[in-house]
Amino acid sequence: MANKFDINIRAEQEYAVLETEGYLNDALGEQLSQKAQDLIEKGYTQLVINLAKTALINSIGISILIEIIEALDEREGTLNFCGLSATQERTFRMMAIAKYAGIFPDEKTAVADFQ
Amino acid sequence: MSVANTFSNDQVLLTIPMLPDMELAAANLASFIAESMSFSDEQIEEIQYAMIESCINAFEHSRSPDQNVFIEYIIRADELEFKITDQGVGFSPENRPVRQNGQQDLYPEMRKRGWGLEIIHALMDKVDIRSGENGTTISMVKKKTNEGS
Repeated sequence: MANKFDINIRAEQEYAVLETEGYLNDALGEQLSQKAQDLIEKGYTQLVINLAKTALINSIGISILIEIIEALDEREGTLNFCGLSATQERTFRMMAIAKYAGIFPDEKTAVADFQ
Repeated sequence: MSVANTFSNDQVLLTIPMLPDMELAAANLASFIAESMSFSDEQIEEIQYAMIESCINAFEHSRSPDQNVFIEYIIRADELEFKITDQGVGFSPENRPVRQNGQQDLYPEMRKRGWGLEIIHALMDKVDIRSGENGTTISMVKKKTNEGS
């Protein structure tokens, strides 16, 4: 079953935004993790993951998001999420992700948190 | 895609092979049925997430020889019931890892995985798991709320 997905990156001077599109499963999660790791290695410690175009996430995808949180935490960085649906936010809070990453309604507020 | 759909009054049957992303087929059918019953958008999303996790649970853990998952969608006036069945080795639901909300350490490996059943319990109104040496059936019910009408 074809799952079309994509990741768009907008790297600014102080932060970068990774915008996912499609079902966030292990495949998209691994791609996202690799791109986040590339940004971290370039020195970015403030990342936003925009999930507005990702309608569905599975628990494997979420586990990979946790790995990104951990990778940033090692650099004393910050990961903010935005564009979550109600169920996504509820799931993130249940899994305690909200304790270690920011959750914001949109990209603007997620980026503003870095200021 | 080896999928068989059978409509029978208030029941829909779907068989999906344990292949990548086939859980989306099960979730999309659940969404279609729930939407036709006027469940709210949020409830439909909750159903999709629970269905995805139920299928993934079977894919990852059942070790089913036929590599299929059988799904019943049972339509009632005010609720939808889903029965997700595999013919695998079974497991003990009582032995699943239990976490307290928000109180776990960030780093232990176990924390990243094993959330599927907890997500299902959190998102559905009623969940029952029957598991034995001939396989596992997860039954889950979503009741239609007034807001969803």
